[in-house]
Amino acid sequence: MDAKYIGKATPRVDGRKVVTGRAEYTHDVRLKDMLFGMILRSPHAAAEVVSVDLAQAKALPGVLAALSLAEGRVRYAGQQVAAVAAVDERTAEKALGLIKVDYKVLPSVVEWEKAREPGAPQVREAKPNVEKFSEAARGDVEKGLKEADAVIERTYRTAFEVHNPAETHASVAAWEGERLTVYDSTQNVHGVRDGLARALKVPAAGITVIKHYMGGGFGSKLGLGEHTVVAALLAREAGRPVRVALSRRENGMCVGYRPSSFQTYKAGIKKDGTLTALSLVNYASGGIDYGDEVLEPAVDLYRIPNVKVEEFSVFTNTGAGCACRAPGNTQGMFGLEGLMDELAAAIGMDPLEVRRKNYTTRSQGDTGLPYSTKGLDLCYAAGAKAIGWERRNRRPGEGSGPVRRGIGMSSSLWWGTGVPGTLADIVLYPDGSVEVVSGTQDIGTGTRTHMAVVAAETLGLEPKDIVVNVGSSDYPWAPASGGSVTTPSVAPAVREAALKAVARLKQVAAGKLKAKAEDVLMDGRRFFVKGAEDKPVAWADVCRSLRRETVFHGEAAAYPQDQYAFNTFGAHFAEVEVDLETGKVRVLRYVAAQDSGRIINRQTAESQVVGGITQGLSAALFEERVLDSATGRSVNPNLRDYKIATSLDIPEIEVIFVDVVDERLNILGAKGLGEPARIPSSAAVGNAVFNAIGVHVREIPMTPKRVLEALKRKEAGS
Amino acid sequence: MDKKPVRKTPGGVSRRDFIKGVGTGALGTAVLPRLFAQDAIATKKGRVPVFDSKAVTLTVNGSPKTLTVAANETLLDVLRNRLELAGAKKVCDRGECGGCTVLLDGVPVYACMFLAVRADGRSVTTVEGLARGGKLHPVQEAFVENDGYQCGFCTPGFLMTTAAFLEKNPSPTADEIRQALSGNLCRCGNYAKITKAVAAAAKMKGA
Repeated sequence: MDAKYIGKATPRVDGRKVVTGRAEYTHDVRLKDMLFGMILRSPHAAAEVVSVDLAQAKALPGVLAALSLAEGRVRYAGQQVAAVAAVDERTAEKALGLIKVDYKVLPSVVEWEKAREPGAPQVREAKPNVEKFSEAARGDVEKGLKEADAVIERTYRTAFEVHNPAETHASVAAWEGERLTVYDSTQNVHGVRDGLARALKVPAAGITVIKHYMGGGFGSKLGLGEHTVVAALLAREAGRPVRVALSRRENGMCVGYRPSSFQTYKAGIKKDGTLTALSLVNYASGGIDYGDEVLEPAVDLYRIPNVKVEEFSVFTNTGAGCACRAPGNTQGMFGLEGLMDELAAAIGMDPLEVRRKNYTTRSQGDTGLPYSTKGLDLCYAAGAKAIGWERRNRRPGEGSGPVRRGIGMSSSLWWGTGVPGTLADIVLYPDGSVEVVSGTQDIGTGTRTHMAVVAAETLGLEPKDIVVNVGSSDYPWAPASGGSVTTPSVAPAVREAALKAVARLKQVAAGKLKAKAEDVLMDGRRFFVKGAEDKPVAWADVCRSLRRETVFHGEAAAYPQDQYAFNTFGAHFAEVEVDLETGKVRVLRYVAAQDSGRIINRQTAESQVVGGITQGLSAALFEERVLDSATGRSVNPNLRDYKIATSLDIPEIEVIFVDVVDERLNILGAKGLGEPARIPSSAAVGNAVFNAIGVHVREIPMTPKRVLEALKRKEAGS
Repeated sequence: MDKKPVRKTPGGVSRRDFIKGVGTGALGTAVLPRLFAQDAIATKKGRVPVFDSKAVTLTVNGSPKTLTVAANETLLDVLRNRLELAGAKKVCDRGECGGCTVLLDGVPVYACMFLAVRADGRSVTTVEGLARGGKLHPVQEAFVENDGYQCGFCTPGFLMTTAAFLEKNPSPTADEIRQALSGNLCRCGNYAKITKAVAAAAKMKGA
């Protein structure tokens, strides 16, 4: 594609709005007569709510609505029990203190290790705490292990990671008669609208959900939140708009987190690097809900003839986990890629060479459909070159001195190939202005800008010429901004709509030029006939002739999923320094190579990758939600005790796109990027630490304590 | 959770939480009548006046604003709820993340930790006041050009910190930039781009 904007770096079209503080986030919405809602939450991990007395709260001056939300049992500390709406936050807070709840406390279990034990308090009614929820098998693992020259068994653990978006979950609900408008900090305006319709039993046609700007979600804002329903119910009762914005503390306890994993692998490898068999047993914990399946990397990524996976969810009396940027594959990749490096060490082979040796061009470990495109090999080559792979320790931990350096890497595998049926419209106005509109959302990834880029490229305009409208459920349908689907869903729809607009404009211009439409060329706001560039008609004249605004519909087309596997790939390389005396890890340098098809806007794409690296580094070294095992309450539901990376922790970062355009996937050959850039980052840091110190920590976050314990394990020779 | 889920931590109540919480909840109501029954209390430094609200005058982005603020009202709440300046964000609400950073007489402060009464007679600059006469501040321009943000929610805080920092240190090293920004958290993880944007802003200002 000979492109002016697509694939180049374009600054965000709404940049000025954001940096001047004028971008409107849900937190910033202040409607006339708006009340402040707050939610009373259970202090107990398991209890029967015997009664809820709202009388005193309702009697407090300034309180305009109070609701009981209890449904018999509470199953985690932080579950909603009642709610109030008042004229200001202080009054609402005071009113919560006046609600009398009578609890009958029940036995509870908070730690998943304890929930597995026989006789543990039962979390779900009439269902066991441990439930198999995922499995896969091919070949014969026992036979495969016998063929191996080396067999190792390893357990890798990942922690509960809290999304902690900068903007806590928040909704503002306002009724006008039967019509409901909700401003919501959400990744999914259409999904929240449909969810509200079901929850409130009102027609979806009478609900509008709006999200102009959102302060991060990372998967925790993919669906209808309980607090959103509460806002709508309080608003209905009070007859005034109600805002419910969760506190940071609530954010740490009640709206999800990345479920933990406890992955035990047994695998065999031949001396030449051929993998012969792999078994995986995972215990995932997502509180009162299922955990994440981690099997995808193990099942798909490498040519392993014999595979067996069993995954179990362990239920506990803690809030439900939810999708967190690349759910499952992030945990699974930490386990699988750690295992790959340990297997490589067992036979004394270059870990990258082991990956190449078992490379596949078909999915499901070479037993499934052929990948439509797979640029993982290009990522390996480009990343290895950029990091200086040859500088790594040939034998993990072979350096000397109290501070050791190491280089490690990890692969990435994800879907992120778009949702057919996604809609976008181009609207041409008689004054020559252009609007592109879709009910998608820009969650900070630069969706508005990529839409402007695609529209401008196609229409021969500049991105700043395009008015972009997103973030309302009244706009044409688009999926949730999750699963890395936004770009490959929305960009092709915009492209299709814009191509239709161009065809129409050429037709109108042809009339004016007295030529055939197919002979008309468009360039720089002018239309002309080949060879007669000196006699053009202007963009403005052509648009004026449309006489009214004219809408062109675009829709993301289906792709042949029955013939090909469509995936995104990547490879990350990290260089670290580990202090053997303190156990402290520092990431010095980082290279990410991504295969996400055609990149639409290099500027925001690069930021996505930088963010994926940083979040993965942060999870690898710092992040872990800690619960009090007796009460089930979080002891770090804030940003001081829940550690996230700061500017001081960030290495030098290089981002590479290998630009493998997938023509079968969509008309732009573009794929998703957000999650592919997060999947390998914790694993790459983990493997770099292994390369530095000669023992794999096998558990994230790799706190100094865990690093020192791993070093002790190494000394003990296990 | 407690009946005051927002502010009461398992470890107890901090001094600042106490001050912010006075007048609300069980704790405040127990102490409040005794405290406010008198108009002054004796301290080592003499008698200190006691008030539950006070008229203050702030110069906000160049314009004087006179309003009566509660003794426990934070500068952030006054800006966001009463002066319609929503640029400074409430992210952690306890001085951990810098999302609420504004300049007080040119010095960055966490507005969520700063009681509004203490800003009486002082000059407050928020992100809305950074651009002058429609022209972006170099820091703002550099953040747009270098994609120094993703979701943009922490950005007002970063911009204010950076603007003050570059006044003090017009040509910082990369390490000085990282150090200066370490009191601001970006959950999207865009630090690598932010530090580039700050370096670019320094160059633009110097030019």
